[in-house]
Amino acid sequence: MLCQSCGKHPATTHIKTIVNGKLTEYHLCSECAQKEGHLHLYNSWNMDLGNLLGGFLGKAAPGVQVTRCPSCGASFEEISQSGKIGCAECYKTFRSQLVPMIQRIHGTTQHKGKVPGGSALRLTGGQSAMMPVQESPLEEKKRLLKQAVEQQDYETAAVLRDEIKEMESHD
Amino acid sequence: MTNTAKKWYEKAGNCGDVVCSTRVRLARNIKQFPFPSRATAKQREAVEQQVRDALLSGNSILSKEFRFLPLENASEEEAVSLVERHILSPEFISSRKGKAALISEDESISIMINEEDHLRIQVLREGLSLQEAAETADRIDTLLSESLDFAYDAEFGYLTQCPTNLGTGMRASVMLHLPALTESGAMPRISSNLSKLGLTMRGTYGEGSKIVGGLYQLSNQITLGLSEKEAIENLQSITVQLMEEERKARAQMSEDIAWQDKIDRAAGICKTARVLSSSEFMDLLSYIRFGISTGVLQGISTEELNTLMINTQPATLMAKAGKQLDQNERDVLRAQMVREFCKKIKE
Repeated sequence: MLCQSCGKHPATTHIKTIVNGKLTEYHLCSECAQKEGHLHLYNSWNMDLGNLLGGFLGKAAPGVQVTRCPSCGASFEEISQSGKIGCAECYKTFRSQLVPMIQRIHGTTQHKGKVPGGSALRLTGGQSAMMPVQESPLEEKKRLLKQAVEQQDYETAAVLRDEIKEMESHD
Repeated sequence: MTNTAKKWYEKAGNCGDVVCSTRVRLARNIKQFPFPSRATAKQREAVEQQVRDALLSGNSILSKEFRFLPLENASEEEAVSLVERHILSPEFISSRKGKAALISEDESISIMINEEDHLRIQVLREGLSLQEAAETADRIDTLLSESLDFAYDAEFGYLTQCPTNLGTGMRASVMLHLPALTESGAMPRISSNLSKLGLTMRGTYGEGSKIVGGLYQLSNQITLGLSEKEAIENLQSITVQLMEEERKARAQMSEDIAWQDKIDRAAGICKTARVLSSSEFMDLLSYIRFGISTGVLQGISTEELNTLMINTQPATLMAKAGKQLDQNERDVLRAQMVREFCKKIKE
């Protein structure tokens, strides 16, 4: 499909928007998309996928059986092409392939913030003072353990070590 | 939508001269189902049922406040009108099959079901109100998580269909009116600096939408590695800085007779026009907003302008009129509403 604006280059940016009360879809090349202000994340994300796809598929030996997610049946190739992950399980199945991509998008792969069941903005000391919950109970214990070791408080450290072991065995 | 409760967008908020509205949305998925684009019709239905039950059944404190809207039952105008009011996303209504939304009475809270993710919890507020909007979204998320098992990974955080939303799954944004900075040519420089700060600037209707009437949407780009609180604080501090720059630029410009002329002319057109297209009106509105904030124009308030802006959007206009109108009919009706309303303006 060619760009609807210049008609010269292939359309790589697909836009859904509301024009005059009607849902409209239009297709632009990256140059025209940039000119019209439809840029940012979207393009670089497409490019990332393209690069990744090339990188990974290039390395795969021909005839090797494609790995599929046991839960939803998606292959990494399908994910790369659509830019959509199939299900929660895919993040486990294709973890090693996804990590560099996630790293590139966010600059990190380690989540910081809300944990299900908790609150992102926990109330502390009444009033409206907000505190983020940035560590899980396990992370907190690990931090305290490190602290205890640094302070040579081995008694506390031993207790914490056992608690951590206990928590990790439940995981 | 027949109730008389004031909608969120009919109020003027904090810093309403520059910040029109605040939005916070959370992306969540239910662990046991594939993400929407890989889910079967049955699975999508099950998602819908689970979300609906989680919010509406039992003794949920929220159950009374929400109405359930299966998108397949909604008319084209109603769906588009909901987008114009920022309650739903354009992406969401592009295909309406198997999709539904839960919308609060004042339309400030919506939960889109089977959008890009199973749930998109969205909170809208007038003016600058990031902290409050984030808290509300957080509370709804916590409430839903009591009965829904959200997909979560200790390393990646909340799991989303698109990896760009991983982590907190939170996108917070403010809609800014920046006519003076736009006019001064400062926007390209500002935009490029923002991306270095993990923020992004877009048109009014989100990703891929055009910049109309000096309105911009500023939002956080990074969702992984920054906590909700940090992302909100970041956005808040940049918004405040932009607001100060905009106010400075406005103060300078409003001294200029050429600007006063543009503002007064815009008011003149609004008072007298017989046919007014949506895009022309959005441009005029930008001048009028500017005029009110700098005191060049008087007699109307920002919240009245917000209401007028929403009510004169094409699909909302038709939804209010209760019938299909062609473009010409809409432009005439719009001009009539605007003329009536702008009578009150004093130069």
